[in-house]
Amino acid sequence: MEFLTQVRWSPYAVGIGIGILSWFSFLISRKPIACSTTFAKTSGMIEKLFRGKKVDLKPYYQKVKLVVDWQWMLVVGIVIGSLISALLSGDFHWQWVPSIWANAFGGDPLLRVIVALFGGICLGFGARWADGCTSGHGISGTLQLAVSSWISAGCFFIGGILTAHIIFKLIG
Amino acid sequence: MKHSEIRPRKDKSSLVWGLGFGIVFGFLLHKGGATKYDVIIGQLLLTDFTVVKIMLSAVFTGMIGIYTLKTLGLVELYPKYGSFGKNIIGGLIFGVGFAVLGYCPGTIAGAIGNGYLDALIGGLAGILIGTGLFAALYPRLSRAILNKGDFGDLTLPQLFKVNDWIVVIPVAVLIFLLLYWLERAGL
Repeated sequence: MEFLTQVRWSPYAVGIGIGILSWFSFLISRKPIACSTTFAKTSGMIEKLFRGKKVDLKPYYQKVKLVVDWQWMLVVGIVIGSLISALLSGDFHWQWVPSIWANAFGGDPLLRVIVALFGGICLGFGARWADGCTSGHGISGTLQLAVSSWISAGCFFIGGILTAHIIFKLIG
Repeated sequence: MKHSEIRPRKDKSSLVWGLGFGIVFGFLLHKGGATKYDVIIGQLLLTDFTVVKIMLSAVFTGMIGIYTLKTLGLVELYPKYGSFGKNIIGGLIFGVGFAVLGYCPGTIAGAIGNGYLDALIGGLAGILIGTGLFAALYPRLSRAILNKGDFGDLTLPQLFKVNDWIVVIPVAVLIFLLLYWLERAGL
């Protein structure tokens, strides 16, 4: 069982594993693996704590109902699964600033968190605009050969590659 | 508690399956290194091709399996409705966020499990604000942009009006060749 304690596996082993996982999620749960709707639901649930039931009436939350569902549990599962793998392989550690960021912009946690917050806002907004993320469009949608997903996945990487080069080649 | 007791059993087992699929998915994402900012940014800077290798081998394996199951009549597909206004503009905004944050909605959950606090404190809060903002603007965006260039829930075989396998096989071959070329190039 040594493979369980290895920090990294071949990316091909991981990719084939995710592909096989998708067969079972179609067969058993009749759903493709996806993540970003869960963040929209959670955002609405938090808003509902403060503003009450009228939040349910927003047109977007009529479409995306504010309930804990299959995908919501899937995202919770990702946190747990990653934690298990990290603990088994001795790779779990608290970290504020990743090293590529620190090399370019220094080790200040506050700067990194503010930038991550801004990035998260774009990511969440864009994921809902495109109706999917790197999982829902990038893997599950492209493997179904959905036109919407091939276009979205292409734009994720075009936008991401250009922005990463601006951040690390022009600014940093 | 009472509320969950009167829920139909089917609903509850669906939640348990969701959790189970998530645990395996998160485990694999961590083993692949995809829960790490450095790996994702390395991909976007085109210096580390781990993320593309994981995604393409998942698509290769998933596509062949799902289309086999579909041909056997065991599963149906769930392609998302799309439009140019939705997928191009939304995709590019997502891409900007992907590079600035260095995680995506799935891998940020894995990053949190890995102990990364920029993901938990900054990124997660940002995603919740961003999705909330979208929900607030949805009625206006929906009228103005989201339906522009609507093409529905098409798949590529439907677009080209051919048998599924006429597309599946060439896409599988192309993915295989691309991965082979990446390895040969030492990337």
